[in-house]
Amino acid sequence: MAEIVKQKSNLLPTGHAPISRLEMSGIIKRFPGVLAADGIDFDVRAGEIHALLGENGAGKSTLMKMLYGLYHPDAGQIRINDIETIIRNPQDAIQHGIGMIHQHFMLVPSLTVAENIALGMKSSRGARLDLDVVSRRVLELSEIYNLKVDPDLPIWQLAVGEQQRVEILRALYKGAALLILDEPTAVLTPQEVDGLFRILKQLADDGHALVFISHKLHEVLEISQRVTVLRDGRRVNSIPTSEATRPKLAEMMVGRPVLLEYDKQAADPQADRLVLSGVSALSNRGTIGLDDVSLRLRGGEIVGIAGVSGNGQQELAQCITGLRPLTAGSVTVDGEDVSNAHPSALNAMGLSHIPEERMLDGVIKEFSVAENYVLQDHGHPKFTRGKIFMLFHKIREFCRRAIETYEIKTPSTETLVKSLSGGNIQKLVLARELSRDPGVLIAAQPTRGVDIGATEYIHQRLLHERDQGTAILLISEDLDEIRALSDRIAVMYEGRIVGEVENRDVDIEHLGLLMTGGG
Amino acid sequence: MGLDEIFTASVFASAIRLATPYIFAALGETFAQRSGVLNLGVDGMMLMGAFTGFYAVHVAQVGAVMSEPASLILGLAVALIVGALMGLAMAFVSVTLKAKQGISGIGVYLFGLGLSELLFQEWVGTPKSVSGFPRIEFPLLTDLPIIGEIFFNHNLLVYVAFALVPISAYVLNNTTFGLMIRAVGQNPEAADAMGVNVARVRYATTTIGGMLAGLAGASLSIALINLFQQNLTAGQGFIAVALVYFGGWRPWTVAAGAMLFSFVNALQLQIKVIGADIPSEFAVMAPYVITIIALVFATKRHEQPTALTKPYERGE
Repeated sequence: MAEIVKQKSNLLPTGHAPISRLEMSGIIKRFPGVLAADGIDFDVRAGEIHALLGENGAGKSTLMKMLYGLYHPDAGQIRINDIETIIRNPQDAIQHGIGMIHQHFMLVPSLTVAENIALGMKSSRGARLDLDVVSRRVLELSEIYNLKVDPDLPIWQLAVGEQQRVEILRALYKGAALLILDEPTAVLTPQEVDGLFRILKQLADDGHALVFISHKLHEVLEISQRVTVLRDGRRVNSIPTSEATRPKLAEMMVGRPVLLEYDKQAADPQADRLVLSGVSALSNRGTIGLDDVSLRLRGGEIVGIAGVSGNGQQELAQCITGLRPLTAGSVTVDGEDVSNAHPSALNAMGLSHIPEERMLDGVIKEFSVAENYVLQDHGHPKFTRGKIFMLFHKIREFCRRAIETYEIKTPSTETLVKSLSGGNIQKLVLARELSRDPGVLIAAQPTRGVDIGATEYIHQRLLHERDQGTAILLISEDLDEIRALSDRIAVMYEGRIVGEVENRDVDIEHLGLLMTGGG
Repeated sequence: MGLDEIFTASVFASAIRLATPYIFAALGETFAQRSGVLNLGVDGMMLMGAFTGFYAVHVAQVGAVMSEPASLILGLAVALIVGALMGLAMAFVSVTLKAKQGISGIGVYLFGLGLSELLFQEWVGTPKSVSGFPRIEFPLLTDLPIIGEIFFNHNLLVYVAFALVPISAYVLNNTTFGLMIRAVGQNPEAADAMGVNVARVRYATTTIGGMLAGLAGASLSIALINLFQQNLTAGQGFIAVALVYFGGWRPWTVAAGAMLFSFVNALQLQIKVIGADIPSEFAVMAPYVITIIALVFATKRHEQPTALTKPYERGE
């Protein structure tokens, strides 16, 4: 097999024809009320990794979904190998050799690897499934590309990195010459990212064309040959990666110079504010979610909780904030035992919480900005007369001040929260939680899905709070964020804290190992 | 009163007969639910299938326009077509219009209940019987003691129902169509991205569900009871929906649930016949109570289609 491929060197190792050049020009796409793509030009060639960089909502995914036939451009054209092509649906795209690895994996958890690959394809046996044929071909391909995977395992038994390999294998199986990878590193550990990058480089060397969508600058610099930056649905520029630097790319993305490294002063930790000793709790599924976790958080420091998603971080935040019952151990705030205390009691003690699921637990999206701003404090004397009648003019006034201070972009205090962007909603939550001047702040994934500009603001604000003496627990899956803000880093794995280090002498490889249960 | 008086061969035989409409309807519902459509209108579809199938046979037999077997085939065809149309209507409302499936299903049920009754009043008036599907005589087998009475003493539709169990399991597990159904019910986004037409698959399964519901109704009106009256099904379609949950969305266990339910039903009828000293109200309740208890304990959630009742939108 391998020899045949080498003889016909113009073919890809899968035996399919490569796409030597794909060009999108003048692409326009309107959604109700938004111009998502405003005359974008983009092109990618065989053997190249072309990074598509931009904030959330800049139009990266929209552009690529048009290439994959999930959306249809209102104007503009797509040319594959200089032939104008119309892509009506994903099947068209697959036929033309385009494959897409989605940010949220497009896999059916209850089906096996082979079944997921067979889905939507013609069977060699007509109406009957030919899973054995599929399995054999999968093994063949995984041999060629060094992508180890067991075709008979159901998806739900695979780790995230393996699921991604299945996605890549499936695209190759269907003959993809061009691969679109939509934020492929968002869910991976550092080791898995290394593995993925090796695969991507090999694919490019073999003559595939790759589009790498990302908002992480260092990844773009590491993996791509060219980079195109989008902002607000427009192309800012396309440059060879060799001419790019982090500050330059960040400025292209945001439209102004951005602070990437924070000028952080050494922490000046004071007394213990939050102490966990031997805390255990169940997960939603009734298994052990937290297992004997002890942690000490002092005023004036940020402790980062690193770990792969689903290793007890959520349970940890919930146990501290009174949202999940403890099965053992205790939580104290300022020396007072608050194990299993009611969230409102914790609020009153100066504990604030930026919840992980901000749309679910952080705001009521059908409520206005002002109403969300006083969710916990609507009964406060300063907002009510006689604790019964709400003083809406007072609420609006306080809310307006917060909007100004925290630079929240909203038409008014009466705008419904659901119409704000993710970054502005998060700033609103932050404003509300900090308005109580908390002694302890639990910040879970505070910048997930938030654009660079707002992320920078939120980070600065957290550092400022730390310098004011607040004790901050930062739970994040983004190692860069943990590294940038934390004074100490604790790693969680399977409900336990498996390591704790000072940030200044941390070794990223070691952290990665701890996160996957090694080390 | 001994146990041998209760567990007679005729109880087992009648359990098999009673299970027939449940198996038809529940298998159809399994297809629909596996693809993510909760069809609560099964009972209404059964009623329409039962009435139209009955009416076609009635007209053909009264007018003596065709032979008796031909009239029965006509009745089946009519019930299948009417069931398919009801299924298409349900699919249009819940897939194309993306209505809440709980409400639209109850709408379809009430529609079927009302229309079947209205047409019955207008066209027939009083309950009349037809000569339905005859029992099939198997050479030698039917005459076997006990075994013959239990297994080889039924009409055609009973055998069709039981034959559909392995067929349905095979279609779901071993065909490309079945794979698409399972994928669409679990993760329609993924199926869409792989080029599967989510709407078309759901239309197909809901229509299959409607046809099998029509067949379930016809099995009552032209094969088992051989008459039609107002609300003939008396909620059997809803039991069929429950049986799908009970059976964990797998044809074999769904059919097993239908058998359990029908067996308890046959038992309570037998207990009434032999005049046991149990209040009949309790006896009548028994199958339902047992079904509820079994539902609570036996349901395995892992096969539950995660996209059940959720209309799919691509988000464009």
